[in-house]
Amino acid sequence: MASVQAGAVTAQQSFVREKILLGMGWREYARSCCTKGNAIAAAILVVGLPIFVYRFIAGLGATTALSQTAPWGLWIGFDMMTGIALAAGGFTIGATVQIFGLEEYHPIERPAILTAFLGYVMAVIGLLADLGRPWNIVMAMFNFGTASALFEVAWCVMCYTTVLLLEFTVPAFEWLGWRKLHAVMRKALIGLTVLSVMFSTMHQSALGSLFLLAPTKLHPLWYTPFIFVFFFISAIIAGISMVIVESMLSHRAFHSQVAGNHVDMDKLTLGLGKAGALVMFAYFFLKLQGVIDGHAWGYLPTAYGALFLVETVGFVLVPAFLFAYGARNAKVKLVRAAGVMGVLGVILNRLNVSIVAFNWNQPVRYVPSASEVIVSITLVTIGVLAFRWIVNRMPILREDPRFAAGHH
Amino acid sequence: MSIGRREFIKIAAVTAGAAGAGSASAATPHAEGTDGPGVLVDTTLCVGCRACEAACAEKNELPTPPESDDVMLQRRDTAPQVFTVVNRAEKDDGTVRFAKKQCMHCLAPGCASACPVRAMDKSPEGPVVYDPSKCMGCRYCMVACPFDVPKYEYDSWKPRVRKCSFCADRQAKGLKPACTEVCPSGALTFGRRSELLELAKTRIYTNPGKYVPHVYGEHEAGGTSWLYITDLDLEKLAFRADVPEKDIPSHVSGALSAPPFVMTLWPPLLMGLYVFSRRKNGAEGEEHGKEDHHG
Ligand code: SF4
Ligand code: SF4
Ligand code: SF4
Repeated sequence: MASVQAGAVTAQQSFVREKILLGMGWREYARSCCTKGNAIAAAILVVGLPIFVYRFIAGLGATTALSQTAPWGLWIGFDMMTGIALAAGGFTIGATVQIFGLEEYHPIERPAILTAFLGYVMAVIGLLADLGRPWNIVMAMFNFGTASALFEVAWCVMCYTTVLLLEFTVPAFEWLGWRKLHAVMRKALIGLTVLSVMFSTMHQSALGSLFLLAPTKLHPLWYTPFIFVFFFISAIIAGISMVIVESMLSHRAFHSQVAGNHVDMDKLTLGLGKAGALVMFAYFFLKLQGVIDGHAWGYLPTAYGALFLVETVGFVLVPAFLFAYGARNAKVKLVRAAGVMGVLGVILNRLNVSIVAFNWNQPVRYVPSASEVIVSITLVTIGVLAFRWIVNRMPILREDPRFAAGHH
Repeated sequence: MSIGRREFIKIAAVTAGAAGAGSASAATPHAEGTDGPGVLVDTTLCVGCRACEAACAEKNELPTPPESDDVMLQRRDTAPQVFTVVNRAEKDDGTVRFAKKQCMHCLAPGCASACPVRAMDKSPEGPVVYDPSKCMGCRYCMVACPFDVPKYEYDSWKPRVRKCSFCADRQAKGLKPACTEVCPSGALTFGRRSELLELAKTRIYTNPGKYVPHVYGEHEAGGTSWLYITDLDLEKLAFRADVPEKDIPSHVSGALSAPPFVMTLWPPLLMGLYVFSRRKNGAEGEEHGKEDHHG
């Protein structure tokens, strides 16, 4: 009896040691965590988390710069709108590998799905902070406001986060060594990918549809009846760009993980660049068409026009050329630079639509409060920490030899 | 890769386009034909006594509006604790005009169509009413209202959206809205919307040159329950002049009819592409399991 218990305890200990502490003892592990990056992250959390909690006690007025003319601020414009767009890598790469059968992209599928999953979880947490009555979020399951684009967004986010969680269980079960469940989930992956494309298509565009009912409030350069198509296509741009940027960063940050894993990242990056160029050119011409349809030419020589040009020329047309040139001439660095610009461009676009160009004709302008900025930074930090924690433990950037071998 | 993606987008665009075209021809559901209760505001009769403000505050248990008429020297807006305000404007000839502002109770309300949980809803009787027990506090109703009516209790930890309810509870008991009951000058007439529209046009046509020949609210945002006639530009009285005639929900319905297409089209389409890409990959695809990693 005692020995069984002792055995269980050591098994427990070695599980913690192997799976959680990266094979180190507690003390050793704690020491390995004392890095500069962690110190910065800790500082952010120490400031940000109390503000996050305080917001629920004191209300939105005490923590945000929102007003009667600016009902939506940074938490919707950045955490929600941008977070979800940047998470689009999950479905774009998922579809590329699972549906179009481009196997060579498999090595970047898992990090893309993980990024997407964390992106959605952070967006949902940001949303909870933004909702005035977050406890009533369950109401969306019982009261069907089907005429509302937000209803569609709510449901799709709910379903898609679940799908991403299920997709994520594949590496998680490998990590835990649960073979049977892993086999089941792996089989389910195609089905899940179809679902993920379906939900993503719907709500990436529905995020754009949200603004359709504000024809007098959104600046004419951004308001078009096709804004939902724009949102969908720019989400694909965000997805591709984000995968390029994230694989660049993670291959730098997680050297040990990738060592011995002979993936030709450069080739994949060039391929993504080619796709990025195509989508970005298409998007640019659609944006142009939007201006023509909306007869919004007259607004181009204004300050908003300048902003619009920065967004569409500086962060769509220019990176499109960089993508095309880089991909054709095998200049990986250019493609990566274009990827960074693509990410920034989509952030800029989402912020423009939801904050800067919204209620543009009202006298009172919204400028986010320090608390709003800090909470957003905190959420991003938590996302990055979670990503790192998982990548260091689970087979995300590398294959688990036990599972890869079983398949040959 | 490029072909796959290009097709992907083309299909997405076609799907979206088809959906949009399909619904564009569909009739707008509830913009016409509603003949609920309404109020006609004749701004030429309003004397700016602000009795309506006081009656509204009393009925809704809101703070009493300031006594002094000095508040009218500035443009005011409704607020979480103020459901109606009277604004003042000077005409070119020096005479003053007043108009009270409140929720317009649109026939096809943007706010209600925006609400994902139907906390803001148009009651069958006509008034657009709000139920805080359902509300998530997303404030999308505020984004959606073209008249900037709903206001939010930002200072509370359990905030509500606040706006005029057209005294729906009084109307249910057969009473008039509180403001219309106290108005001493005949500026506010409560009745059936269709009859009020008649009355408004009669006043305009029988007094040539007196009124601006336009009934504000007849077509704005697809029509509203509150109607205004004036002899000056309503913008001067703090009303939005840029409200489109098309009702707000119909701006969205095109995009919203896409999901059913997506839900029915995507799965077979994607599975088809999946099968196709396997066949193209040929022998290689057969040998290994599809998720196999060739590195
Ligand atoms: S005026 Fe605004 S709040 Fe009132 S019913 Fe119309 S859309 Fe809703
Ligand atoms: S704030 Fe409340 S009433 Fe307004 S749209 Fe959101 S859930 Fe509906
Ligand atoms: S009570 Fe009537 S007359 Fe007095 S301010 Fe209101 S609408 Fe005008």
